Amino acid sequence: MKRFAFGLLAALLATTAQAEPMATGDLGLVIERARGSVLLVDQSDRAALARIEGLGDLSHASLVYSPDERFAYVFGRDGGLTKVDIVTRQVVNRVVQAGNAIGGAISDDGKLVAVSNYEPGGVRVFDADTLEMVADIPTGGKTIGLVDAPGRRFVFTGWDNGETWIADFSGPEMELTKIKDMGENPYDALITANGRTYITGLFGEDGLTALDLWDETPEPIRVLPGYGRGQQEMPVYKMPHLEGWAHTGEEFVLPAVGHHEVLWVDAATLTETGRTKTYGQPVFAMARPDGRHVWVNFAHPLNDTIQVIDTVSKQVIHEFKPGPAVLHMEFTPRGHEIWISVRDADKVMVYDTHTFEKLREIDAESPSGIFFTARAHRTGL
Amino acid sequence: MPELAYANSARGHPAARRNIWTGRTFLTAAVFVATSAFAADTLDPAALKRLVHQDCGSCHGLSLKGGLGPDLRAENLQHYDVDVLTTVILDGIPDTPMPPWRPLMTEEEAEWIARYLLTPEEQ
Repeated sequence: MKRFAFGLLAALLATTAQAEPMATGDLGLVIERARGSVLLVDQSDRAALARIEGLGDLSHASLVYSPDERFAYVFGRDGGLTKVDIVTRQVVNRVVQAGNAIGGAISDDGKLVAVSNYEPGGVRVFDADTLEMVADIPTGGKTIGLVDAPGRRFVFTGWDNGETWIADFSGPEMELTKIKDMGENPYDALITANGRTYITGLFGEDGLTALDLWDETPEPIRVLPGYGRGQQEMPVYKMPHLEGWAHTGEEFVLPAVGHHEVLWVDAATLTETGRTKTYGQPVFAMARPDGRHVWVNFAHPLNDTIQVIDTVSKQVIHEFKPGPAVLHMEFTPRGHEIWISVRDADKVMVYDTHTFEKLREIDAESPSGIFFTARAHRTGL
Repeated sequence: MPELAYANSARGHPAARRNIWTGRTFLTAAVFVATSAFAADTLDPAALKRLVHQDCGSCHGLSLKGGLGPDLRAENLQHYDVDVLTTVILDGIPDTPMPPWRPLMTEEEAEWIARYLLTPEEQ
């Protein structure tokens, strides 16, 4: 009887320990690019919780979350697709699906994970549970700007051929729609939060190209053609990323290429509404979730600085230098704080977005992308 | 004395160089050559190595296996000589994303990077 009681107590203790609930809504992962690991972080505690290793070459890595915010799918440069369980804090599956990859997306229902590849060029789609390949979509060239779109679709673009393809997985068979003439050398793309507008930035010419995905047969729409005409082109030491949607005034804010400015575009008419001169070649122009401010970082060698632009006045209202090699920024979901990767300081720095005061530094090894789990519920992230 | 470390790594195996270092005349001459030809007082191999992997790596990959830009691992560059690579680094390749790095580095630094890229054991 005594033994039984002891056994019961032990079982109870074990159960209690195991049953400690693990909420993930305020967690995030930071890519440690040189080490091939991700750092699990807690927004509320402003702290690192654990390091998860063995993810391969993460020199240009990104990730998406499962709808339940438990699993992260990490896309590595080496073609690795790694499924990380942030509750148990371990790698639960990993496939090397290509030789050289650039990014990925998860379908709106959370069942499909797609990866865009440089080598072999194209998109491969995997079952989110098992990581078994369910579709292989060769494009014949480097493939960029892969996003999820509503209706179990993925949209992506060819760097070499300037075509945007829509892969529709809503039916029993995948359906491909190909849209030609998007422009010369599209380098990245974004989709608006409502899933309606897909915009590619062009490296080979001034301007951008938009698609209205609500249209039955989307046609390329030229945006700001020749925006840099007559200006001296400046060398681009890092390709910008497109990931910004300023809600205030219903405008996009986008980095220019070869010019030290950000461009403002009316979302309804896709016409220019302004430009703001910036400190350097913008890499990310990220709107705070409320849309009031846009935070901009810059390409090498001016990558130690951040500028904050007010979206009403379109003026730079704050400039500061977090440290050497600011690679990425992530807002908390309501925008009260921003987390900034400062690669060469080996720190993630947390700032108050209203007072611009630094709140915390967190050690991380060559940190790059920061991804909070709230992304799980947003189209295109 | 980073310039001596640099001269060693760039021009021959340290063991082979050691004989030369034994003669003071040669030492002086070697330092003079290193200084004049490579502006060794400003060359910082650690910083240049970092630049190659972190910043060239934006397009060519952290491990130089390629990305938007081509694979830069030594075994794939052997058909280029140092001068060609140095020129590409300094002036870029028109109509491609390869930018001219001349505004950001000296010719000596570009040449150091070209030699570094062509030397597999260095990477």
